[in-house]
Amino acid sequence: MAQKAHVFDRLLRQDKLKTMWCSGCGNGIVMQALVRAIDKAGLDPDKVVVVAGIGCSCRANGYMNVCGIHTNHGRAIAYATGVKMANPNLHVIVVTGDGDCTSIGGNHFIHGARRNIDMTVVVFNNSNYGMTGGQFSPTTPYDAKTKTSIYGNIDPNFDISILAKASGATYVARSTTYHASMLTEQLTNAINHNGFSVVEAMCDCPTLFGRFNKQGDAAEMLLNWKKAAVPVKKADNMTEDELQGKVVIGEFVNRSDRREYTDIYEDVIKRAKES
Amino acid sequence: MEKGSEFSLNKDFCKSCGICVALCPVHVLAKDDDGKPVMESPDKCSGCKLCEYRCPDFAIRMGGKEE
Amino acid sequence: MKDEFKVLTGNEACTLGALAAGMDFFAGYPITPATEIAEYASELLPKHGGKYMQMEDELASIAAVIGASFAGAKAMTATSGPGFSLMQENIGYGMLAEVPCVLVDVMRQGPCQGVATVPAQGDLMQARWGTHGDHPVIAVVPCSVEETYYETVRAFNMAEAYRTPVFVLSDAMLAHMSEKVRIPSAKELTIVNRKRPTCAKEEYKPYEDDGTGIPPMATFGDGYHWYVSGIIHDETGFPSTNSPEQISSQVKRLEDKITRNIKDIESYEEYCTEDAEIIIVSVGLVSRVAKGAVDAARDRGIKAGLFRPITLWPFPEQRLSELAAGAKTVMTCEMNEGQLLQIVRQFTKGKPVILVTQNDGTIIEAEIVLTAIKEVN
Repeated sequence: MAQKAHVFDRLLRQDKLKTMWCSGCGNGIVMQALVRAIDKAGLDPDKVVVVAGIGCSCRANGYMNVCGIHTNHGRAIAYATGVKMANPNLHVIVVTGDGDCTSIGGNHFIHGARRNIDMTVVVFNNSNYGMTGGQFSPTTPYDAKTKTSIYGNIDPNFDISILAKASGATYVARSTTYHASMLTEQLTNAINHNGFSVVEAMCDCPTLFGRFNKQGDAAEMLLNWKKAAVPVKKADNMTEDELQGKVVIGEFVNRSDRREYTDIYEDVIKRAKES
Repeated sequence: MEKGSEFSLNKDFCKSCGICVALCPVHVLAKDDDGKPVMESPDKCSGCKLCEYRCPDFAIRMGGKEE
Repeated sequence: MKDEFKVLTGNEACTLGALAAGMDFFAGYPITPATEIAEYASELLPKHGGKYMQMEDELASIAAVIGASFAGAKAMTATSGPGFSLMQENIGYGMLAEVPCVLVDVMRQGPCQGVATVPAQGDLMQARWGTHGDHPVIAVVPCSVEETYYETVRAFNMAEAYRTPVFVLSDAMLAHMSEKVRIPSAKELTIVNRKRPTCAKEEYKPYEDDGTGIPPMATFGDGYHWYVSGIIHDETGFPSTNSPEQISSQVKRLEDKITRNIKDIESYEEYCTEDAEIIIVSVGLVSRVAKGAVDAARDRGIKAGLFRPITLWPFPEQRLSELAAGAKTVMTCEMNEGQLLQIVRQFTKGKPVILVTQNDGTIIEAEIVLTAIKEVN
């Protein structure tokens, strides 16, 4: 059988590596899962566009050998919507962080899901704003210490997967950097899914969030995900108390009952031409 | 062929985070003086490739090519 | 062949001009007094296979327009003052990433919510400096419904030629008044399309000066794997913040792109300026009132003349300087607290510059402008 070059050589810009992320940063694990998923899904790299917002995770597309735009904070999904709508044959992927996606980007997130426009949104959720030094974000756990919650965070947090589901996303899944293979599989499914797909990747910021909350080094933070993770089927039979401090992982939504947005717009074009 | 002999490390990319060494299910990796992984027991390597998948820096390859 | 005429509002003329220029994507958010541009686009675009999107807000609208342009579309949005304010950060992205697109601002009374339904010219400086940092701007200000049509076409052409967002500034009255427009035949209009690269894929550098100052722009999906960051970047599109020299040279290249092409971008109308002792500088709809005042002044033997920038930014400083040199006084006639005044003053070589304005949501009458002319005569 003919051998292909390693996926790292085919889909990464080797001349841009090594990454700018800290030692042990989970972003690299998520990015690797994404790159493998693009490969597994058999996408033509010429047709892949990765749109990023602002934050540590959003540097990911600069390392990927496909088309990429590094846009403004929170706005990646809006830019990506334009890309996809203008050429629905492009495979559009968004890389975003917890703050980028659900804080400043929250509105675009819910409307992208509402439209069910075909794109894969990868949320690198490391529970803080890393690039600006480790402030709390809409996913920082209650009582956690961050640069702007030194007395303990009091802001309630989003469950990004529930938010995605409620907004109408038709594929929603969550995994962690510990579960790298599961993450790759979810991202592959998300890419192959024709609709607004969200994969929430729980990842680690050992330099900031992890250090402020004494979560150990990078390896220990990965093992924390292993301890905290509960597969969705098991979680369905657990009480809210039992789920405290846990992270439910798995596929939450995989719907085929909603038409994809660019597809529906073809009906509009047809009607307009006939009118 | 020993699966562990497929292990290769790009030392320039490696940032010595220690994930691969700590999380290898069969403990065949060890840290050198710089904290970077070395394949200590290639005969015991199971070829699971988790070290490659969980490396945040694309520094590890288990096998240069894929089929 | 007989000319075709339509009676159109300014907003309708804008959408039709955009379609004539090849617009195939519009993304917007309803806002008075620009909404009809979107409505007409939503009706007409799909008839031609184009796409209309109503986004969740103005930030998303301009972002989607820029995204669509990366994917090869000729894209436009339309808004008014408050929406223009919201768009500024993403406009900056369009500027730095050098993405062709058109943004129409139908000006209304400001600040803040102001008065949505009345005309004003309070966004002239916002068009120039609304987004942070240093950046050149191309902005056109039509004065009639017909000119709105043709200037929208020109805006698209300049966006494509110079790889930049271009603004069309209209106002609430021009947007809704009806005038006759001569519709050009398809072959009459020159349509400009962006330069695309012809080099090998691995050699492509999306921000490399090819000698014209305007790099060719590949379309996503064509096989060129290119990237651009909103961080100051080098010719590859990747961040280049390592040296002061790199930062400075990238910013200067953006400025230079417009400066070296200024003769093709500039556009202005001169009326009775040959021997004018009083030069009135005015843009947009209110310039027609100023023109009427010039006529009335001339009837009274006063040597008044009108200088009307059609391209407001970059400002036609050289021509204004020449006219001011031969004049005794310069006036600006506008609908704000003196935004044109601020720029005009810089190029009038110490000549007195008088502001004639009415900033109350109504169009100034020619009689008032004439009185001001008589006072300085």
